[in-house]
Amino acid sequence: MNRREFIKHSAAAVAATSVLATACKKTDTKPSLPLEGELEGASMTYRTNPNTGDQVSLLGFGMMRLPVEAGGTARENPDSPIDQEAVNEMVDYALEHGVNYFDTSPAYCQGLSEQSTGIALARHPRNSYFISTKLSNFSPDTWSRHESIAMFERSLNYLQTDYIDYLLLHGIGMSGGGKNAMETFNGRYMENGILDWLVEQKEKGRIRNLGFSYHGNVKDFDTLLQWHDEGKYHWDFVQIELNYLDWHYANEINPRNSDADYLYAELEKRGIPAVIMEPLLGGRLAKQPDPIVAKMHEKDHRYSPAAWAFRFAGSLKGVLSVLSGMTYLEHLKENIATYSPLIPLSEDEEQWILALAKDIYELKAIPCTACNYCMPCPYGLNIPGIFAHYNKCIAEGTMPTADDPENEFKRNRRAFLVGYDRSVPRLRQADHCIGCNHCVSHCPQRINIPAEMQRIDRFVDQLKQKL
Amino acid sequence: MLRKIRISLAVICFVLINLLFLGVSWGISQHIAWIAKIQFLPALLALDYGVLLGLIALTLLFGRIYCSVICPLGVMQDLFGWMGKKAKKNRYHHSPEKKWLRYGVLAVFIICLIVGFAPVTTLLAPYSAYGRVVNSLFRPLYDLLNNGLATIESGHDSYVFSEVQIWMRSVTTFVVALLTIVVLGFLAWRNGRTYCNTICPVGTILSFFSRFSLMRVQLNKEKCKNCSLCEKNCKTSAIDFKAGTVDASRCVACGDCIDKCKHDALHYRPLKSSNLQIFKSPITNTKPDASRRAFVTGALLATGAAAMAQAKIKVDGGMAVIEDKLVPQRETPVTPPGSISAYNMNRHCTACQLCVSACPNNVLRPSTDPLKLMQPEMSFERGYCRPECTRCSQVCPTGAIRAITKEEKTAIHIGHAVWIERNCIPVTNGDHCGACARHCPAEAIQMVAREINGAQVEVPVVNTEKCIGCGKCENLCPARPFSAIYVEGNKMHQIN
Repeated sequence: MNRREFIKHSAAAVAATSVLATACKKTDTKPSLPLEGELEGASMTYRTNPNTGDQVSLLGFGMMRLPVEAGGTARENPDSPIDQEAVNEMVDYALEHGVNYFDTSPAYCQGLSEQSTGIALARHPRNSYFISTKLSNFSPDTWSRHESIAMFERSLNYLQTDYIDYLLLHGIGMSGGGKNAMETFNGRYMENGILDWLVEQKEKGRIRNLGFSYHGNVKDFDTLLQWHDEGKYHWDFVQIELNYLDWHYANEINPRNSDADYLYAELEKRGIPAVIMEPLLGGRLAKQPDPIVAKMHEKDHRYSPAAWAFRFAGSLKGVLSVLSGMTYLEHLKENIATYSPLIPLSEDEEQWILALAKDIYELKAIPCTACNYCMPCPYGLNIPGIFAHYNKCIAEGTMPTADDPENEFKRNRRAFLVGYDRSVPRLRQADHCIGCNHCVSHCPQRINIPAEMQRIDRFVDQLKQKL
Repeated sequence: MLRKIRISLAVICFVLINLLFLGVSWGISQHIAWIAKIQFLPALLALDYGVLLGLIALTLLFGRIYCSVICPLGVMQDLFGWMGKKAKKNRYHHSPEKKWLRYGVLAVFIICLIVGFAPVTTLLAPYSAYGRVVNSLFRPLYDLLNNGLATIESGHDSYVFSEVQIWMRSVTTFVVALLTIVVLGFLAWRNGRTYCNTICPVGTILSFFSRFSLMRVQLNKEKCKNCSLCEKNCKTSAIDFKAGTVDASRCVACGDCIDKCKHDALHYRPLKSSNLQIFKSPITNTKPDASRRAFVTGALLATGAAAMAQAKIKVDGGMAVIEDKLVPQRETPVTPPGSISAYNMNRHCTACQLCVSACPNNVLRPSTDPLKLMQPEMSFERGYCRPECTRCSQVCPTGAIRAITKEEKTAIHIGHAVWIERNCIPVTNGDHCGACARHCPAEAIQMVAREINGAQVEVPVVNTEKCIGCGKCENLCPARPFSAIYVEGNKMHQIN
């Protein structure tokens, strides 16, 4: 089996840096899945934070897509409470296998992520993990100093701690309240004096590292780093979206976004550690169309599509941690295996995967990562659900096109339409978008959601007309 | 032998018509729609002389085999009768023909047909009565099964079954269908084909011809041992073994008696002139069965009762709640393309619900207007009349909805959109919209800037000359529960 070989290979490889005493503790329980047994003797790769000396696990646990009791995530079952038992089990497993970075936000899981993360982590010694959360004052209602401070204090309360290891200004570069990105930034953090207040908290030791997560253009990114250069504000770390597709194509996919190679290079130049988000683009890079999967297998059969993506992000030396929003224990296990230890991409592999990115880019999937920031749509649409179905058909190579032979077209047409009704109720489908534009400013991927909705609506209508 | 042939043919016809009404698949339906078109009353209303002459010739040759094989209501009664006979053998007996009742009902029926009083004609039409039973009672069960299968297969990447909405289209029609099956089922269980030989106008019309039919069941008095089994097993009460007569006006040529006779006394064969005496059927005064009367009046008066909550649309709680749309008050009901006019629809439709069954967009439903009782009308809360679909016009057997092509449909203006300012989203909450204009397939709506309540907003302007009344704007209008744009029917469809 490929995984067995992979683990042998891993064990033979030179062990990575030093390891936190608590985190590297191995389980004595009998393995329930082969993976667990195979992980014996393998250990997580760690990176050092130059500011604090923290030894941070290369795999970071994103608490954004937590499982809910009714199955799946809050996106599939928005009413269902978080499955705390499952979260506890995953957090325990993660800690046992060396994962020590947990990333949450007051906005995740409809506001329930911090509480759930707090419950799971409070069962372990506070010095055995790092907590990362954010000041997610997106809504203009929360831009006031009072509301923003209340949000921070609430985070401490929910996370059952008196300090945050890594605090981020959340989603810089996005615009809100009808303002442009920089005006929004000023409204959220500057005019209310919150950034200065956060610096004070850092001096008091309530925040150990202060940084920001970025979803914007090159110009605004440069401005923030200029402040760092000038000594106006010191960024201990910056969270950026990085993966082999966004490396060269983020800007091509949407002119308002920045290619990850630029963002990363700017951080590396200044020695600012980068925390990576969307290494899998909300799972899209793990679910590749068959021809892409075949190419990956051909290149090296030991690595799954997800493993390729994690290896790409983790191979960059300036990366502190790669976040993955994991819902299922199986994903956690696989990702831990990929980084225990990391086998960095060779130069040849890096060139190869960046060339493959071009093929993936040309499939023209909609760059939705199902973060759900656009929801709820006031007119009831299930925006991420619609995009997910569209992308699924692209990924499975079943998108009905005019070039298909007739039988194949008919089959794909039916699969698309019936599958569409199954994954999104009719009243929540793209034809109900009225173009009110409320969602547009909320999308970190800066997708022009109404335009895409209308495009999908026209596509679906044409399919329906071809009886 | 006759019985076996009759049962085989009846099963085929019955299965086909059920498949058609259940809407199992359009791929099948479009090839079996003929089974509805060979029904007597629909053919009469459609003035389909070929079918009418064919059916009359069939009856003149073979007797009322139409009633035994083609008519689904007849076959349904036979099913109940068969079950009744299992409960109690030899349960029937001879009774004289109730001529005044037969002719009385037929006269009322014809008068209503001529003056266009649809509620009576639709209620009495036998094929349509059965159509309503399937559409209102069995179709929801089939859809439930379909949705269950869809749920099962959805986990397996298979796309054979697509989920459909199950909803109460009309309480009245549901109650009528329920009464039809309960009353007719009960009558058939106890007395066989009572309905067919007293109430059914088609039965009465065909009986004129069957009196003169060439082939008929005949009782040979010489071979008869007076065992009475034939009479006791005649569901039409047509055999009088003592007199040795078989009333050809009521006999539906089912063949049951021939199979029952152990003495080879009954035969289905050409009439000999010597047997002409059977033309005379004994006339006696009998009061109409009380339950029969109850059925007619009951069905006429049936309203309310059997309340069934309208199926709610599934709502995922975390997303914005979507309020159900309500049916707007239309001054003129909208009738489907191909129906020519409200008048034509009213005069031809027997309310069989086949078009309602065939409509894939949940647009057609039976009317509750007493004068158009159960005849189809359109509304757009659940879907709109899609431009590529002409299914209702392809299945309609009565000429109420004439067959049209996709191309013809684009030129038929069944109604026109009307804008209601106070419901319109740009006016009520200031959001930019334009859903109606963007979706209009006829490009009959444009958005125009106007000042309303001191605010500059873009609102729709309808070009009624271009509007075809498809209801897409009404269906996709975000205003709820009442759309800000709705379709008013055109009494006569405009063609251009």
